Amino acid sequence: MSFFSVFEQYKKIDIENLSGAIDKHAVLRSLNKNTLSIDDFAALISKSALPYLEQIAQKSHDIFRRYFGNTIQLFTPMYLSNYCNNRCLYCGFNHDAQIKRYQMSLDEVENEARIIASTGLKHILILTGDAQQKATISYIQSCCDVLKQYFSSISIEIYALDTKGYEKLIQSGVDGLTIYQETYNENLYDTLHPIGPKKNYRFRLDAPQRGAEAGMRSVTIGTLLGLADWRKDIFFTALHASWLENHFPETEISIALPRIRPYYGSYQPEYQVTDQDMVQMIIAIRVFLPRCGITISTRESEFFRNNIIKLGVTKMSAGSTTAVGGHSLSNMQHNQFEISDKRSVSQMAAYLENNNIQPLFKDWERF
Amino acid sequence: MHNDIFEIGGKKLSSRLFIGTGKYASDSMIPDVCKSTGACVITVALRRVDFNAITDNVMQHIPSHMQLMPNTSGARTSDEAIRIARLARATGCGNWIKIEVITDNKYLLPDGYQTAKATEVLTKEGFAVFPYINPDLYVARDLVNAGAVAIMPLGAPIGTNRGLRTEEMIQILIDDIDLPIIVDAGIGKPSHACQAMEAGADACLVNTAIATSEDPIRMGKAFAEAVRAGRNAYLAKAGGTSQLASASSPLTGFIHNHEGQS
Repeated sequence: MSFFSVFEQYKKIDIENLSGAIDKHAVLRSLNKNTLSIDDFAALISKSALPYLEQIAQKSHDIFRRYFGNTIQLFTPMYLSNYCNNRCLYCGFNHDAQIKRYQMSLDEVENEARIIASTGLKHILILTGDAQQKATISYIQSCCDVLKQYFSSISIEIYALDTKGYEKLIQSGVDGLTIYQETYNENLYDTLHPIGPKKNYRFRLDAPQRGAEAGMRSVTIGTLLGLADWRKDIFFTALHASWLENHFPETEISIALPRIRPYYGSYQPEYQVTDQDMVQMIIAIRVFLPRCGITISTRESEFFRNNIIKLGVTKMSAGSTTAVGGHSLSNMQHNQFEISDKRSVSQMAAYLENNNIQPLFKDWERF
Repeated sequence: MHNDIFEIGGKKLSSRLFIGTGKYASDSMIPDVCKSTGACVITVALRRVDFNAITDNVMQHIPSHMQLMPNTSGARTSDEAIRIARLARATGCGNWIKIEVITDNKYLLPDGYQTAKATEVLTKEGFAVFPYINPDLYVARDLVNAGAVAIMPLGAPIGTNRGLRTEEMIQILIDDIDLPIIVDAGIGKPSHACQAMEAGADACLVNTAIATSEDPIRMGKAFAEAVRAGRNAYLAKAGGTSQLASASSPLTGFIHNHEGQS
């Protein structure tokens, strides 16, 4: 059992032509259903749906309020290490990037944790590059031992592991897995990842499943928007999320929507993803997968984030830095990419409160 | 109806509307909702309570006269539910516990087997256990045997606001289970709550419909009035209804005719 077999069935389908064949009647039919199929989802992300974005947004808002209420959960990333053996063309930490490499000591992790925890955040997302000999599983486990004292929930965004690897980290207190396929286009994936362990498309594609099988409470998937035609990648992301929901009902499945941002390098995204595109995918996902989490990071601007809080987003990062030890070490460290919304946690929380959304600092702990 | 006191879990309650703490735009609304509903019981998800919070903490907003009913929302196994319940008591939330064990994130339907297992353990430890279940007669009987103080069947999946979709099954629990029946989840409008109370439910728990309305304080009041109206109607024993008019040519009329001839 693997999502790959479903992917194989659909990858031959020409989403563009499918979208072209979708007229306004198909869009309205899909919008009026209680339970949507993946074909209905394709209709909602099609160009034919553009005149109906407001109607879809109203439905999305209604679903969001019923299932998640007037709340958005806050978290922040913590970069532990930026050593990396991959050469992902779009990434600021890729092996060939001429940046300072660093991995925090456990004391430094504790300092960083103390500073982040002082903002009130209880959910942390830890990140490393893909250097398994350097940022080893046992190193990450040791970091978790420290972080457990400060945070009620720890998620990881690290290199893809086998099921046993995920089980080890769960034993150490990890409860969430974030892993992006980057793009579902196999050929493009191959080009973007010329060398390194991440080159194995299938091993990465099955990682969310392995995480769920290992017992992760939450699994977040996504693509890096801008690498490929967003409609195709979002179609497969939603198909994947739906498959995970159906096969792992006990796991909370979320979709993150990272739009590519400039980094210390020269990669230019081939595709533009506009604010309208982002809105269309958020509301279509919410209507297709009512209980699926949707995460928007500080890659997005303050203006954009302020305007999407009522559309169906369930989690937002805040007070972020994308440098190793970005809160506590000297500012000599390089960022993986530039963040856009630079508001502090308290500023973000105050904005939400003033707009009748309750910022959730804690939504789980290791009972 | 002033004498209609609801006794449960060792408490005497003047309101049959239980409320929640989730989904509010701000926890600071909670005291006003407690007031407008007149509710005596409030449920709170332990997973969201940060007792060491430097930020706002939901517990600060719950008026001291309210009976706390901590819930085990987020638990996926009976063991997790048991640990959450013990933590709730250890942190001073009392011995009432609403057991929610949900292993399906898509529909958020409760797991009856895990719920019964947790109930069995926790009642032995002295908890007043309120299990949240699908309205299933067999699970309800297991819960009676396990020592639950009430049964909390769902009207429709959590957050759907779809009303009493499980009405027939809830009616069976009302008729056959010798414990209070508190309808929980799915109640989207005051009329749904009224309907449940008319049918003989002992109480209703309403969160989403109040918390996500445009005016939670006013909606809370509406629910309180609906629950009272439904309860009064139940106590007043509504007249029977019939879809049949009195037949002009009765089939049994001959009995009297025959008697008349003899």
